Amino acid sequence: MINLTIDGKKIEVEDGKTILQAAAKNDIRIPTLCYHPVLEPYAACRICVVEVGLRGKTDLLTACNTKAQEGMEVQTRSKRALGARRMNVEMLLARAPAAEPIQKLAKELGIEKTRFAVKDPNEKCILCGLCVRACEQIVGASAISFVERGTERKVTPPFGEPSEACIGCTACAYFCPTGAITYEDKYGRKVIHEELHLGPTTAIRVPIRQAVPMVPFIDTDACIHFKTGECKVCAKVCDREAVNYDAQDEVIEVEAGTIILASGFKSFDAKRIPAYGYGRFPNVISALDFERLVNASGPTGGKIKLADGSEPTAVGIVHCVGSRDENYNEYCSRVCCMYALKFAHLIHEKAHADVYNFYIDLRCFGKGYEEFYHRLLKEGTKFIRGRVSDISDMALTKHEEGKLIIRVEDTLLGMVRRIPVDMVILATGLEPGLDQNQLAKIFNISCSQDTFFLERHPKLAPMSTFSDGIFLAGTCQAPRDIPDTVAQAGGAAAEALALADKGTFALEPVTAEINKDLCSGCQVCVGLCPFTAIVYEKDEGHSEINDALCKGCGTCVAACPSGAAQQKHFRDAQIFAEIEGIFLV
Amino acid sequence: MSNAKPKVAFYWCASCGGCEESIVDLAEDILKVVAAVDIVFWPVALDFKKKDVEAMPDGSIAVSFINGAIRLSEQEEMVKMLRRKSGLVVAHGSCAHMGGIPGLGNFWNKETIFRRAYHTTPSTDNPDKVVPLEKTVYDGKELTLPSFFDTVYSLDQVIDVDYYLPGCAPPRDLILNAVTAILEGKLPPKGSVLSPNKSECDTCDRNKTKPEKLSIKEIKRTWEIILDPEKCFLAQGVICMGPATRDGCGHRCINGNMPCRGCFGPTDQVYDQGAKFLSALASILDTNDEKEMDRIVQSIVDPAGTFYRFSLPKSLLGRKRMETIK
Repeated sequence: MINLTIDGKKIEVEDGKTILQAAAKNDIRIPTLCYHPVLEPYAACRICVVEVGLRGKTDLLTACNTKAQEGMEVQTRSKRALGARRMNVEMLLARAPAAEPIQKLAKELGIEKTRFAVKDPNEKCILCGLCVRACEQIVGASAISFVERGTERKVTPPFGEPSEACIGCTACAYFCPTGAITYEDKYGRKVIHEELHLGPTTAIRVPIRQAVPMVPFIDTDACIHFKTGECKVCAKVCDREAVNYDAQDEVIEVEAGTIILASGFKSFDAKRIPAYGYGRFPNVISALDFERLVNASGPTGGKIKLADGSEPTAVGIVHCVGSRDENYNEYCSRVCCMYALKFAHLIHEKAHADVYNFYIDLRCFGKGYEEFYHRLLKEGTKFIRGRVSDISDMALTKHEEGKLIIRVEDTLLGMVRRIPVDMVILATGLEPGLDQNQLAKIFNISCSQDTFFLERHPKLAPMSTFSDGIFLAGTCQAPRDIPDTVAQAGGAAAEALALADKGTFALEPVTAEINKDLCSGCQVCVGLCPFTAIVYEKDEGHSEINDALCKGCGTCVAACPSGAAQQKHFRDAQIFAEIEGIFLV
Repeated sequence: MSNAKPKVAFYWCASCGGCEESIVDLAEDILKVVAAVDIVFWPVALDFKKKDVEAMPDGSIAVSFINGAIRLSEQEEMVKMLRRKSGLVVAHGSCAHMGGIPGLGNFWNKETIFRRAYHTTPSTDNPDKVVPLEKTVYDGKELTLPSFFDTVYSLDQVIDVDYYLPGCAPPRDLILNAVTAILEGKLPPKGSVLSPNKSECDTCDRNKTKPEKLSIKEIKRTWEIILDPEKCFLAQGVICMGPATRDGCGHRCINGNMPCRGCFGPTDQVYDQGAKFLSALASILDTNDEKEMDRIVQSIVDPAGTFYRFSLPKSLLGRKRMETIK
């Protein structure tokens, strides 16, 4: 351990620490610009200059890269140190007059105007080299570097052209203390409401505030470490050493007698309807974007704001985006009307804006829902019946300038209207989850035509499937709201318990069978069986049906081109006899 | 010729002549047949007349091999006579068995076929609009032609048939087996098709190349792709009737790298070869989307001619309804 004094305060630090680290640990602020804890110190800006006395001599040294030594007497705000710092800042102010941190520092140090010649009043770069070091030390790309000398010195990729070494991580912009490096959203990265940072922020993050478990994960597609093998900043700053880059997805095997599938839905991707401009206009947002925006723990603390940070004065809510539309999904997503009404209510409450709801018809079917709709009517929400044709920023009148214009056929007025608003919320529908067909195959269940899981019977067995012991809950079966999901999940749990309690179940007698003397082993049936009950016996050259798995759906019987597969109780001969019987009557 | 040898007759109806060829194709083996039997009627090869057969006592011919479908009154008359004169009648080849290629005429009728054949084909030059008539007077003499039916029939739709020799044309080993069985009296139950009752995949070398799940995204015609000489045709997206077609043909088409066209007809347990294969094919289309399914199905050129190429008269369809033919 090393003992030194900073501003007269006795301090003990570990060997090898710098003066800056020693000061920071004891809450003594030394201003820095080119310093960053995860990068090697560079001492370029010389703002951290301090007066150091050691063995009778005093000298001006940069705190960021000077190691603390036994007996050092450091003064961070001595006349000499401040003088030097002031001079350095004044010179930086001449170099980069537009850089806000420099202006702020200058103000703090009492500098009103630089005495030196200003080359470019818009310059922001202070040549601190953070970007260059980040690109080299963290990203490992070394895509940018200093070029030229003296007043011509600047940071640039090789030959001033876009570099192939650049991986587009924007770390340079992140490390830049003065905002001299900016970037555009053109690397396939989804950044909506850029100023409010509604999109994914960092490669390591907690997915949402309500996440369970409440731990961060690394997005390997975005993480620099997984691109270049470098960086590891998160591991460097984690005291608990909890960051593990080698962690892999684990397959956990659980033996279960009954299974409840609750694999959920995915939200309709509004980009699929280009006319609505989602992804093109920052103020056209999806329902989930709005949920995040209006969330008290969200990026704006629950305030409804536009991309530029201002409050909207008019908001349009477009219903049935991706639902009840032959081009996308024909079904009604059931939840959108009510959440769209909730949005309207929240906007009234929080932003005092005019709210327009564009609907086909309002489906307020649940308990208390109709009453809620009437409340919205009283609150002054404007309801326009008609499907929105497009959303654009092309103003035809002065009144529309700077607005988003919603074009809609008002079917009650019988005319096409143009409604200028500041923000559009797309009430996106619910779609089946990503791997619905794959899951169905794994669990030997079927999907209905819209690829939601198929229940055994829409009225009498809504949470059962055609596979005994496998039950459904929630939106994996069909779009539904929370109360319905809770009810169905309760029912599914009860069904599962009843089965588990009994321990046995009865098989269906009407199954299919394959006559192996007639089966040629063409295997047409094998892949068709929704219950994977058919196995092709390669050595024997014919297929066989497992009676325990067969549910008697008859798919294989219809498909069998040689008539070797027959359904018990529904053999071809029986069916023909039935038909003949009908004609006899 | 000795009277002790069994008498055999061959006759052709609406056919291409290929089945006659199939008998000639027995090559030197035909000598064994000739040695064992007495051929009493074979219009394509031997100069016997109708009156010769008429003169024979009923049932005196041991077996008649009749090929071709029944499309004319003359054919009906001849096969009815042969039935009377024969102990056994074997439907020889796909046309006698199921109606065959001529059976596709059942999508039309006499009027439309005549209109096409004698008036509207691009190569027709018939300014006087002459069509064959059943009775014509020429030089004061009346000439007659057999009448042309609206519908083509398989042999067993006109007369009682004892056995069927499938194929277009039946392969020589099946013919020899049949002849041998008849000569030796080792006959299967009446009405049998003299060929194995499994479908072709059973003995097809390509069956082992089938993927785990047979599924078709695109249907290709044989000229649209370069056919893999070893891979299952269905796995290549090419319609192969093999799974719905009786085995026994010796895979002549498949060995020639052409998919099965279904000439052997369905297995015993299938009523309608075309419908059964259509059902199988529809089952393996790799989509759940109705529009996509429609697109794939629309890409099948001439589905009726593809699935019912040999079996229309004998199928559940039988023919197109007369009132819908224009």
